[in-house]
Amino acid sequence: MKRLYAALILTIFAAFPARAEIEIQTLTSPGGLKAWLVEEHSIPFVALEVRFRGGTSLDAPDKRGAVNLMTGLLEEGAGELDAQGFATAREALAARIQFDAGGDGLTVSARMLTENRDEVVALMRSALVEPRFDADAIERVRGQVLANLKSRATDPQDIVGETFDALAYGDHPYGSYDGGTPESVAALTRDDLVAAFQGAIARDRVYVSAVGDITAAELGTLMDSLLGDLPETGAEMPVDVAFGASGGITVVPFPSPQSVARFGQPGIGIESPDFFAAYLLNTILGGAGYFNSRLNQEVRETRGLTYGISTYLIDSDHAESIIGAVSTVNPRMAETVEVVRAEWAKIAAEGVTAEELAAAKTYLTGAYPLRFDGNEPIAQILVGMQMDDRTPDYVTTRNAQVEAVTLEQINRVAAELYRPEALRFVIVGAPEGLESSDDAGAGEPVDGPTPG
Amino acid sequence: MTSRLASLALFAGLAATSALAAGDVTDFTLENGMEVVVVEDHRAPVVMHMVWYRIGAADEPPGKSGIAHFLEHLMFKGTDERASGEFSQVVEANGGSDNAFTSQDYTAYYQRVAADRLGLMMEMEADRMRDLVLDDVTTERDVILEERATRTDSEPRALFSEAMSAALYRNSPNGIPIIGWKSEMEGLSREDALAFYERFYAPNNAILVVAGDVTPDAVKQLAEEYYGPLEPSAGLAPRMRPQEPPAVAEQRLVMKDERVSQPSMVRSYLAPQRRAGDQADAAALVFLSELLGGSSTTSVLSRALQFDTNTAIYAGASYSATSLDETTFSFVVVPAEGVSLAEAETALDETLAKFMAEGPDQQAFERIKMQIRAREIYALDDVGDIGNRYGEALTSGLTIADVKAWPEALQAVTPEDVMRVAQDVLQAPGSVTGWLEPEDGEGS
Repeated sequence: MKRLYAALILTIFAAFPARAEIEIQTLTSPGGLKAWLVEEHSIPFVALEVRFRGGTSLDAPDKRGAVNLMTGLLEEGAGELDAQGFATAREALAARIQFDAGGDGLTVSARMLTENRDEVVALMRSALVEPRFDADAIERVRGQVLANLKSRATDPQDIVGETFDALAYGDHPYGSYDGGTPESVAALTRDDLVAAFQGAIARDRVYVSAVGDITAAELGTLMDSLLGDLPETGAEMPVDVAFGASGGITVVPFPSPQSVARFGQPGIGIESPDFFAAYLLNTILGGAGYFNSRLNQEVRETRGLTYGISTYLIDSDHAESIIGAVSTVNPRMAETVEVVRAEWAKIAAEGVTAEELAAAKTYLTGAYPLRFDGNEPIAQILVGMQMDDRTPDYVTTRNAQVEAVTLEQINRVAAELYRPEALRFVIVGAPEGLESSDDAGAGEPVDGPTPG
Repeated sequence: MTSRLASLALFAGLAATSALAAGDVTDFTLENGMEVVVVEDHRAPVVMHMVWYRIGAADEPPGKSGIAHFLEHLMFKGTDERASGEFSQVVEANGGSDNAFTSQDYTAYYQRVAADRLGLMMEMEADRMRDLVLDDVTTERDVILEERATRTDSEPRALFSEAMSAALYRNSPNGIPIIGWKSEMEGLSREDALAFYERFYAPNNAILVVAGDVTPDAVKQLAEEYYGPLEPSAGLAPRMRPQEPPAVAEQRLVMKDERVSQPSMVRSYLAPQRRAGDQADAAALVFLSELLGGSSTTSVLSRALQFDTNTAIYAGASYSATSLDETTFSFVVVPAEGVSLAEAETALDETLAKFMAEGPDQQAFERIKMQIRAREIYALDDVGDIGNRYGEALTSGLTIADVKAWPEALQAVTPEDVMRVAQDVLQAPGSVTGWLEPEDGEGS
């Protein structure tokens, strides 16, 4: 078996040529499942990351929240074990098995000791192949989901996100909170949950990575026993959706000393030849964690308007956007909006300087290898790369792609990408001197306390 | 590529037998009194460089709440050698990330960088330990006020938590929020910050923690070069802070806020912390917390309130073991739809009374012991976090020997120990029970 395996390992890529720290093996199990592996035998555990493309976007239109509730139930009883039995078994093995439903994928993150790996895999398999969806478990987890929805209804951060998404994506799954609404969640039946399960978890959409104390042969066996019995296919993927919000301001009144804002406009995808130029631009304008970003300097450091402001280049499976977030006390939100708009217009009109480009390149290329420190973070990165259709050599070519962006290219992209007139702000709070510029979003009901 | 494959195969073969294990810890002290802890992990060429000061919010002068945290922000301004903001610029120009955090007991600064940039980080951190230059501080004061507005004033749960701590700690400064009371924050000045800085930021009040792809010898050489020349501060007194008097009365709080839609209740008790050379009670309290409310499925409270009955959608316990002064043990219950806070509280009381009468389930006890043992293995995957353990402990009155003894102290806990500390902590007078509910809630 081992000899067969050696033949199946296609390539080995080294992330850091100078140090050969990350050696990614790509392999196919005897049963035909693919995975990426980094062997790291110095600590006796393995981090395993399994992701099924689709996630909560696979919800049927009138069943919003089904995938989320279903995912919450995977650890609430499977095979011979009820919820108590499943948790007891997992705790006795000191393993972590986490299920998470996201907009583009359902993720199972696990870490397990080498000493009891087979038992942990058997437990995971049972959750993925034969979950019980017991009636008492459904009601218990439904109660937790409904309580969460209730809290979200009076949380300005949640209200701002939901209002913005609805404006941007309308009826597409991206346009609504994937936990569902109190009405949709209350109406979900066991059959709906079983249908969501059958739609979301299948072999044709699975991506696997493992990092740690495991060999390629062992991982092949593990995958076949964990995923071999899954159905071949599931629900159809959703269609792409254009960013639909227009420029303007939407104010949602809310009684709080602070206003929270989300702002955004159409974005760019990773498949674009200009993606890295856009990535550098976003870093310079408002990159999260980038102290030198223009918005951090202008809004926080120079004016003291906020504790934090960041922008993000979002490339989901079916939509692209540039999104920013900021909070400030009500009397200062108008000034904050003005500064953000001015910076948006400035980068579109003037682009960036050679110095800014060089500094952002140094930062991004230097920070990249620092991500690969630890079995669990590496396992997550490797699954993300597979979801993005990258090849393993991306870890060695990525920095060169960042370096290759020229000042001419980045400033052409700045002029094409940033559209100050298309920037939509959603503001939740009692911002002084600001009101909705149009009716966009005004019809969206927001459950919350009476505006004060 | 072929030659690389061959060398990798050789590397892999060696890896199995060579001493590559992560987590080796070495410590030494510089002549000026600065303690140094090195945690090795040679898997990736990354290093975490941290300086922990034995100074936190609970050490602030009366009326100056928030000054420790405000100073933490101001430490990113200039020095006699560097312009304002340059510190973070240099870190970023080297591909690193940096930040800082403040607790009641410590203020810590860290940079995560490629291992070959360690010397540069030390040079900059040593520079700002003694040579901070402050100009106008009002803009940064606006930033910390915004931070308070975002994290506390906009979050009813955080306001409630402030109120709970203020009630529980009647004399200890642990009852004052780390970020500060807003009214006092508004008055913090440049002079306040500099006075605090000059007194407490010194090598003999600091611990250097370096975790990652480094050797102790290399760290020692660099530390002596950069931190070695710094003058120690004279007259640093032992940290004697006001202590809690014996509690005699239970307290009840009710907070109503229109932004709350999901009611919840919290019960807090004063509890002993890990003490140098004496960690047994704290270790037993970790087990008590895990047994009662650690697992969201199998813990005593989850079983009783979420499974055997439909009383709560969440029930948990928490205990923070590492603290310079007395610490907190708490329960939280979020009632299920249709269950009142009064009913939830009664269910909590009944469950605790039953536990006190019956003691822990032996199998549950063994599962927790297994998980705590496994945690030590998983911890090796993140040596920065192991570094944090040392920084936190050494700024909270503990020694390196205490940190190394802690896993054994945990493995030595018996069910009898757990019941003894449960008696001491949960049955003493002085608990605070708080209800957080919507404007039209049941509490009076």
